[in-house]
Amino acid sequence: MSKTYFDETHCAFGHPKSTFMQWMLTIDHKRIGLMYAAVMFTFFFVAVATAFVMRLELLAPGQQFIDGDTFNQAFTLHGVIMIFLFIIPGIPAIFGNIVMPIMIGAKDVSFPRLNWFTFWLYIVGALVALSSLVSFNDVDGEMIFNFADTGWTFYAPYSLNTGTNVITTLVAAFILGMASILTGLNFLVTIHRLRAPGMGFFKMPLFVWGIYATGWIQLLATPVVGITLVLAILEKQFGIGIFDPAKGGDPVLFQHLFWIYSHPAVYLMILPAFGIMSEIIPVFSRKEIFGYRTIALSSASIAGIGYLVWGHHLFTSGMADIAKTVFSFLTFFVAIPTGIKFYDWVATMYQGKIVLSTPMIWALGTIITFAIGGLTGITITMVGLDIHLQDTYYSVAHFHYAILGGVVFLMFAGMHYWFPLITGKMYNEKKAKIAFYMNFVGINLLWFPMFIAGYLGMPRRYFDYLPEFEIYHQISFAGAVVMVSGLVYMFWVLFQGWRNGEPSGTNPWNATTLEWHLPSSPPPLENHSKVPYVDFEPYKYENGEPVVKFDYETMKRID
Amino acid sequence: MSHEYVPEIATDRDGNEHEVQGWQDDFYGGKLGFWLFMLTEVMMFGGMFLSLAYYNTLHPHDFLEASASLNRWLGGTNTVILLVSALTMGLGLLRMRTGDVKGAKLMIWATILLALIFLGIKAVEWNAEYHHGIFLMHDQMLPESSMAFGKKLFFGMYFTMTGLHGFHIMIGIGLMLWLIKRINSEKVTQDHHILYWNIALYWDIVHLIWVFVFPYFYMIGAGDVVAGGGHHGH
Repeated sequence: MSKTYFDETHCAFGHPKSTFMQWMLTIDHKRIGLMYAAVMFTFFFVAVATAFVMRLELLAPGQQFIDGDTFNQAFTLHGVIMIFLFIIPGIPAIFGNIVMPIMIGAKDVSFPRLNWFTFWLYIVGALVALSSLVSFNDVDGEMIFNFADTGWTFYAPYSLNTGTNVITTLVAAFILGMASILTGLNFLVTIHRLRAPGMGFFKMPLFVWGIYATGWIQLLATPVVGITLVLAILEKQFGIGIFDPAKGGDPVLFQHLFWIYSHPAVYLMILPAFGIMSEIIPVFSRKEIFGYRTIALSSASIAGIGYLVWGHHLFTSGMADIAKTVFSFLTFFVAIPTGIKFYDWVATMYQGKIVLSTPMIWALGTIITFAIGGLTGITITMVGLDIHLQDTYYSVAHFHYAILGGVVFLMFAGMHYWFPLITGKMYNEKKAKIAFYMNFVGINLLWFPMFIAGYLGMPRRYFDYLPEFEIYHQISFAGAVVMVSGLVYMFWVLFQGWRNGEPSGTNPWNATTLEWHLPSSPPPLENHSKVPYVDFEPYKYENGEPVVKFDYETMKRID
Repeated sequence: MSHEYVPEIATDRDGNEHEVQGWQDDFYGGKLGFWLFMLTEVMMFGGMFLSLAYYNTLHPHDFLEASASLNRWLGGTNTVILLVSALTMGLGLLRMRTGDVKGAKLMIWATILLALIFLGIKAVEWNAEYHHGIFLMHDQMLPESSMAFGKKLFFGMYFTMTGLHGFHIMIGIGLMLWLIKRINSEKVTQDHHILYWNIALYWDIVHLIWVFVFPYFYMIGAGDVVAGGGHHGH
């Protein structure tokens, strides 16, 4: 059997003998992606557990087993981990690393050593975030839980006054931001420089387009939040005055600067996820994608328009009416390229030979959950409605339908889609489908009641509530139980698949893009045995069969 | 870089050969990457200039008065020093490309020297301001002092932005020392000077940022001084 990337690797420096050191120093994009996945899903489950604790506390009105301050820290921890450690870096760092270079026929990313450095920068950021969990009491050196209690948005002036470990958390977010910038930079240069000969921009797979648009957001928006966090740190440490009303500073300026990044950040999350959808839909419909160019260009225009809509987070913070109107209008505008993508996907399926494998049902489920998340987003784009619904469970439900039901679901779809590529094994499809249905039922049960509770006035981030909201919290709790069991079961099925699954072969899904034309499964160290010449569109099917065929040794077309 | 990298050849269906660009030996890729990285610096300082401009519109008069009290001679000298240092850096790169390693190193040392003088002058300025009671967490900058909001914000941003700029100068000095080490060990040569190129680009961005920082802090109040010290009424 030929050697795979599990057997040999290139290292950042030296030639270590031990397997452990070979993993620690690896510059192979596939190994780095796998390590990101391991760390990120660990953090994901920590944040899921935190959320579950909050749901448990909210099962009945009044205090159950944690106090209000701890609850504030819990939702901050949940937000910081989910946003900065998991979902922002998530899909680019995992699948961007593992499959993007293979999709364009490259042997690695443009700067493999920088990629290695970036991974460890991410780990440093994660460790700093963890270190901010606790402080040591000045008097007796006792360890106390002292995580930031500001919410993941760190709004001034509260974040400037609270005694919790805000500075450490800000430093962590800054380091993680740096890692995100460097990942985006690496991918942008890779996509510009390392595409296989013949592959123009409009012959790239759509996932690569998603990663490309994401790279620009990472590069242009992340520095703005970086400097905002630095200014907040300087404000807290040296009192520069910029966000401090006691010196004439304007706390709302913090919100503006924060959302100039953090709103594009949600597109940074969703664009690579949309890319995964655009891979899965044509493959499991056995049909060329409908409107390739419109999907590619809508990614770019979402990235562009996404920059100009941040003000919709500030409708209740104090802003001129004309500015509100403009921001509201621009926000409606984002729905247009998003809608174009959705109709393109549905049109791709029309008259296709639809195969309901696990990745496809995850994608189809997402079409429903993301549509709910997206359409409820349009309702709160309207200024009047938003003033009623801001900071209620309605916006919480909208956000989670869009991000969990959109980004994370598509990440799971991608995980099931590329699992055989990464591991060379196949999981049990029947069990994986059961896991999907558990998650799908769970998410709806968990978040749909929140739309109603929020509409009736249930505010977010409260650890207590009026008795009339009890029923919604109880349904949500039931949903949380189903969802968490579904998540655990899904990872268990995949884990079993990796250990005991059947060998999958190089192209189990009859897919067309280059990552399925590798000489072995799992792939060898430097991917394709030869770099192919790309003179074909990425999704070419005829009568439900892939058109382009390769000889995997010489990478010459044989169709 | 010890073993020579030979690019792969991809053959299309008509038998034409196409050279494959690998990640190794990609001069343009290295340049593109660093240009993109410098774009992030522009966005960072851009965010601060945006905040500065916002507070300027809220407190136009305080900003002019605070600016008038800065030392234009020291700031101006520093501007000239940075411009000259950008020239020495560029000349050094030209020398390296013509193979004059010794001349290139001399130019880098000259740049380092100018950068140190810049930092020295900056320290003199900050010291003088401290003795006038204007410094972060000190005397007039404290919340309880009676100095106008606009001035507090102006000086808060002044120390932040010149401080962060000075931090970039220090990083630049470190990079140049590293570059000299790489030249000495022949890792950077006439044919392989991407590191030199990118550090020169970095230095250009650092001086370019100063070219915007200088007028916004030092020059906006200069007109008032010429017209008689900024005490005339409005």
